[in-house]
Amino acid sequence: MELNLFEKHGEFEWVIPRQGAMRVPAVIYASEALVRDMDRKVYEQAVNVAALPGIVKASYAMPDAHWGYGFPIGGVAAFDPEEGGVVSAGGVGFDISCGVRCLHTGLSREDIMKIQAPLAHELSRAIPAGLGSTGAIRLDEDEMEAMLAGGAAWAVQRGWGESADLERIEERGQMKHAKPGDVSLQAKKRQRDEMGTLGSGNHYLEIQEVTSVFDAKIAAAYGLAQGDIVLMIHCGSRGLGHQIGTEYLKRMAIAAAQHGIHLPDRELACAPINSEVGQEYLGAMRAAINCALANRQILTHLVRDVFRRMLPQARLPLLYDVSHNTCKVEEHRVDGGTRKLYVHRKGATRAFGPGHPDVPAPLRDAGQPVLIGGSMGTASYVLAGTKASEALAFSSACHGAGRAMSRHQALRNWQGRQVVSDLAARGIVIKSPSMRGVAEEAPQAYKDVSAVVDAADAAGLARKVARVEPLVCIKG
Amino acid sequence: MNRWEHFEHGADIGVRGYGASIAEAFEQAALALTAVITDLASVQPLERVEVHCEAPDDELLLAEWLNALVYEMATRRMLFARYAVRLEGTRLAGEAWGEPVDAARHHPAVEVKGATYTMLRVAREGGGWLAQTVVDV
Repeated sequence: MELNLFEKHGEFEWVIPRQGAMRVPAVIYASEALVRDMDRKVYEQAVNVAALPGIVKASYAMPDAHWGYGFPIGGVAAFDPEEGGVVSAGGVGFDISCGVRCLHTGLSREDIMKIQAPLAHELSRAIPAGLGSTGAIRLDEDEMEAMLAGGAAWAVQRGWGESADLERIEERGQMKHAKPGDVSLQAKKRQRDEMGTLGSGNHYLEIQEVTSVFDAKIAAAYGLAQGDIVLMIHCGSRGLGHQIGTEYLKRMAIAAAQHGIHLPDRELACAPINSEVGQEYLGAMRAAINCALANRQILTHLVRDVFRRMLPQARLPLLYDVSHNTCKVEEHRVDGGTRKLYVHRKGATRAFGPGHPDVPAPLRDAGQPVLIGGSMGTASYVLAGTKASEALAFSSACHGAGRAMSRHQALRNWQGRQVVSDLAARGIVIKSPSMRGVAEEAPQAYKDVSAVVDAADAAGLARKVARVEPLVCIKG
Repeated sequence: MNRWEHFEHGADIGVRGYGASIAEAFEQAALALTAVITDLASVQPLERVEVHCEAPDDELLLAEWLNALVYEMATRRMLFARYAVRLEGTRLAGEAWGEPVDAARHHPAVEVKGATYTMLRVAREGGGWLAQTVVDV
């Protein structure tokens, strides 16, 4: 984008002042280079969001922002129900509560490399991935309801994990006020065979090595040190979340008109928080958050089973689990007062700073872990929430790299087998059911995650703690 | 000649169908949907699935049709190679012929999460109709 579209308020803060239908300004946090590379659509979408009823302070875009659906991906917006504020299915996204979970292993690089290929093989057998794959768990009607209300806490009760895991998950593993009754039978049917599956696209499971530590004190609080081996899982609420997103997008497109909300783009479909559709969406969306938390918990159990067999000395406790497609009710300081706001984060990670009561006690002084997944075969990062982020963007940070080119262009540029052998030459084993999928997700098809993370750090949204690089990648 | 095509959208992909009627453009857009996932030629039209949907206008109906197919693909674990659409006002009656997903033969690249309203358009073009939208993958 041209820089003259913005008022520059700092090296990493680009402001679009109120104009036209905008109720608040829009703010992009990014380096000059990232802003130049961003699609003009990010500008349009950030401006459109700023015009929605009840928006508070500003419409924000994170350093990894790109052209999304209605809202930019990497978008953050908070709405006040007392001011006619809205909730938007498009502002959360189809893959509700898609997120990243990080596990410690206590292992060294040597432990992994000794059995790298067989370990990758066993993980790929244990983790259902790709289109058409099914999990081993079938939920009947009662269990489906229990899962949608209970989240990861439900999974732990059923034996898939330990109660200590729950302390290290947002919402302690269970999103409150979920209403399974507001989830359609179709959405439940779509999920019936999909518990404990990874999905496809950019979803993955990786064994990674900590290759750099940027903040030794916070890293120590997180239990991370140079050379440590961790495991990251990136996936979401599977078919259930996709179906809820689809159904409420339509209902909200119709409801918005009925409530006299003008939508410059249908994808901005929304409904007042205090309306029937708005409340039903919130109940269903929270149930989908629980589905995602339960899914990552079951995947964790499957991973632990494999490690128990292959590396019995390993223990795999959670570092943390964050979701990056959500709408959550949070209290924030605005203009000297505290307000209860509905914060949409679409492709953006919550990043509570040090001392926040929702950060687990052992991590509270350090701030909430912010887990940034890279693309296949590239680095991922662990960051920490900052105090400053509260005032900057309702305690939010980026979520990943974002694509640099389309899937078609990636297919024209690379072949799956070549990508796999190139990564193998760098010591990284990739397992995937689809070579075309691998080509579409080629590392170079994504932007440089390091530039995004550096900008998030420099803007003050979150602090860089550690960089991790993959040794094994199980790809959906 | 293909009467469907894909178009680029940053993170995802657009599906576009052309036809002499809206119904035909919808059928072609559905072929483009299958082609997002796999090579169309690899799918055999062995089983028939019926789909019914309804929406207040043509554009929302296109999204509904594609979403109904996404749902059938997901719950039946099938891929479809041929489509037939009948339109009556705001209602659509469709048929899809396909077969169960076989990962070894179809090499499905990606799972479609849903049809979005981004670049959603049903309009006259030339002498016929165009139907398009972006699908989230």
